[in-house]
Amino acid sequence: MGVVKGDQMILNIGPQHPSTHGVLRLEVMTDGEIVSQIRPHIGYLHRCFEKHSENVTYEQVIPFTDRCDYLASMNSNFGYVVAMEELMEIKVPERVDYIRVVMGELNRIASHLLALGVYGLDIGAFTPFLYMLRDRERILDMFEYTCGARLLYNYMWVGGVSHDLPKDFEKICIDFLDYFEPQIKEYNNLLSFNKIFVERTADVGVIPADVAVSYGVTGPNLRASGVKWDVRKDEPYSVYDKFEFDVPTGTGKFGTLGDCYDRYWVRMLEIKESIRILRQALGSIPSGDVHQSIPKKIRPPKGSIYRRTESPRGDLGYYIVSDGTPVPFRVKMRSPAFTALSCLDEVSRGWMISDVIAILGSLDIVLGEIDR
Amino acid sequence: MTLVEIKSAINSQFPGVIIDNEELGDHQLELNGDKWLDIATFMKEDPILSFDQLECITGYDGGEEAALQTRYNFHSMEHRHKIEIIISHDREEPRVASIEKLWRIGDWFERETYDMFGIIYEGHRDLRRILCPDDWEGWPLRKNYKGQELYHGIVVPKIKEEDGWE
Amino acid sequence: MTVDTLINWFATFGDFPVLSFILAVVISGIPLFLVMALNAMIAVYVERKVSAFMMDRIGPMGQGPGLHAGKWGLLQTAADAIKLLVKEDTVPESSDKFLFKMAPFIIFIGAFLGLAAVPFSSTLQVVDFNVGVFYIIAVGSISIIGIVMAGWASNNKWSLYGAMRSAAQIISYEIPAGLSIIVPIMMAGTLNIQELIQYQNGTVWGFLPNWIIFNNPFSFIAFFTFFISAIAETNRTPFDIPEAESELVAGWMTEYSGFRWAVFFLSEYANMLVVSGLAVAGFLGGWQSPIPGLFNTGAWGLFWFMGKVSLLIFVMMWFRWTFPRLRVDQLMHVCWKVLIPITMFNIFGVGIWKLIFG
Repeated sequence: MGVVKGDQMILNIGPQHPSTHGVLRLEVMTDGEIVSQIRPHIGYLHRCFEKHSENVTYEQVIPFTDRCDYLASMNSNFGYVVAMEELMEIKVPERVDYIRVVMGELNRIASHLLALGVYGLDIGAFTPFLYMLRDRERILDMFEYTCGARLLYNYMWVGGVSHDLPKDFEKICIDFLDYFEPQIKEYNNLLSFNKIFVERTADVGVIPADVAVSYGVTGPNLRASGVKWDVRKDEPYSVYDKFEFDVPTGTGKFGTLGDCYDRYWVRMLEIKESIRILRQALGSIPSGDVHQSIPKKIRPPKGSIYRRTESPRGDLGYYIVSDGTPVPFRVKMRSPAFTALSCLDEVSRGWMISDVIAILGSLDIVLGEIDR
Repeated sequence: MTLVEIKSAINSQFPGVIIDNEELGDHQLELNGDKWLDIATFMKEDPILSFDQLECITGYDGGEEAALQTRYNFHSMEHRHKIEIIISHDREEPRVASIEKLWRIGDWFERETYDMFGIIYEGHRDLRRILCPDDWEGWPLRKNYKGQELYHGIVVPKIKEEDGWE
Repeated sequence: MTVDTLINWFATFGDFPVLSFILAVVISGIPLFLVMALNAMIAVYVERKVSAFMMDRIGPMGQGPGLHAGKWGLLQTAADAIKLLVKEDTVPESSDKFLFKMAPFIIFIGAFLGLAAVPFSSTLQVVDFNVGVFYIIAVGSISIIGIVMAGWASNNKWSLYGAMRSAAQIISYEIPAGLSIIVPIMMAGTLNIQELIQYQNGTVWGFLPNWIIFNNPFSFIAFFTFFISAIAETNRTPFDIPEAESELVAGWMTEYSGFRWAVFFLSEYANMLVVSGLAVAGFLGGWQSPIPGLFNTGAWGLFWFMGKVSLLIFVMMWFRWTFPRLRVDQLMHVCWKVLIPITMFNIFGVGIWKLIFG
């Protein structure tokens, strides 16, 4: 417990605050406007996911995983079913794999759009937020067409998916991608290359690569610091090894390597890579039955597994321990936003309060995932 | 490097610290927790092992008869190999050295395991609850956890337990 | 002029100077207040619609039966005004109650006094000071006192932050604003606003109106520096750090609700009107028509003036919904290291120009 010096002020950002991305309380010790220490207080959204999962069956855990990272539900499901299928050694039909990749990448685009739009809102640009949300709505409409839900899907089941692709889904998706790709230029003109935005985010909140690895920062945050690590390429799962895509890393485009602008820009580039993957996947979905490998009763063999997948926020890992019954013995979700938030203290020392908001926004956290 | 090679590297440096356990998978290693800080430092700094990423710390409660464990998942960015280390604790006084100075994410992960299981990490700079409120009683994820009735006058709801899973 | 005409008219009834003065002032104050209220109502509606169209939405619309907001949402502002009037008047328990209640009125006074010298047309001006420009700049600083009072009295760290930032910002940006407005004063040789407008009579090269902005390159730049400083004076984005919604909730206005907040709002839009009015009068020819010679008489003056002011207010709104906001130290950097040297250079340049070209 630190003792605040006489000329320092303790400021509370949150838990109710327009830009803390959820219910987060930051206790900021400042000297005027300069921050000397931040203590994040989390747990406001703790819903006992891990305790619940010890009382329900394996397939009933999947809706719980939806609600952890509610902005990227498909990817949360994906992580869980990939871990389970490795534990149970189930091989799913190829159609299921392709559908899962399509849904995962669409959700990645939707999640990044929201992250970038809200980041613009934090910095003060009100309009790009609405443009990005308008395009995200079209993705959510496609999800609604497929499985009936806009945000929390319960779509990927152990051994398959809940609903097959509806009629004309590929065509609707390709039409969306054709409409969406030129919009990225509009976003860049409005926000990414705006001098005021660059001034606010370049050189701010630099996370050096070794600090990032030590703090367990993964995903776009780690890639922005220059480390080329993407679970889809380095520990591939599903059919990601069949697709050709680059892994964008930060280059210090307008400032130093690993600053807030890099984290923003890497996400923008990842949207383009996801579009590439989608175009390849949609062109070649094999036919088949999506329900054929779903086991009647999920009773994994005794043992444990830790498997990670790439969610839009980073490495989403599931540690599952099974004792042979239909109810999990222990499920732990290693959430990427949890580790990203842990480095906020060290990264924002010496910056101003406006910069703390900028750094927090660039880390792209979701409190549902941090607190579970 | 495979598990066998990692095992022999650790064994040669710290003989007698590995506990044999056939129930474990081929990527898991159970260790004695007495010299944990030294072993962890060796794992991080030795150039052949060089585990620079701590992926996850999971607390584990095997039930009344079995152990209370901390399970660490390590990964090396350079050599791209992984290992899982399991350390069992005494149920009355679960303690082990803290590795948060080596891997900074250990700070929050160990706080979470402390919060949920009550395992004390010695040498941690600020071990307090992270998800539950600071004055919560009990260790929620333990199998014998009985929730408190009231918290500051608010009734704590219970998780309904369904019976029978056949 | 209105006060003067009223005093002269009262003088025909007899000789009671003090009473006639007080009556004249009060009677000309009422339309001014109405102008403020009307301006706020229209400006709020326009802002909501403009922002909506820029954001690919449609803004407030009234449709369907029952309590709705009129066609195209025209009654929305009226509904908002009524809501604000009937809201509960909360004063925080631990705040400095007297200062807390005084602050909105001081800010209101600053904006109101500024409106008194704005020339709506050749005859519609509450008082025609012989130091009109100086008066407006001077009176515009009164609102800082109100802002700091509001931030301090709320007894809230967020409000204090916002008030401090706002005070620093407004005080700093007074300087480039004042230095930029010196350019038309130097060229016209007078501080009197009506004479400044009369100076911009006639044409340049036969077809271009003789507005100060077109006169020489330095005054062209001076208009832009004045406009930018004016936006900073009124706390609009990109300079809206004091009320930075995503950082400080609502900055120094956080604790104010209901009618007190409405007074702040009224003053903000009135301030926009005052600085736009001064920019139009100083640089864009005031109430004169842009087509020299045509439509230059009587009520047309009001039309042209309000047209030009509306254009400038629209540009201010456009900026708000396009640009992100500057950080406090970047704001100070822009003021002290960019705008002030440019404005000083402008003054120098205009002096040399006048010397050479007369």
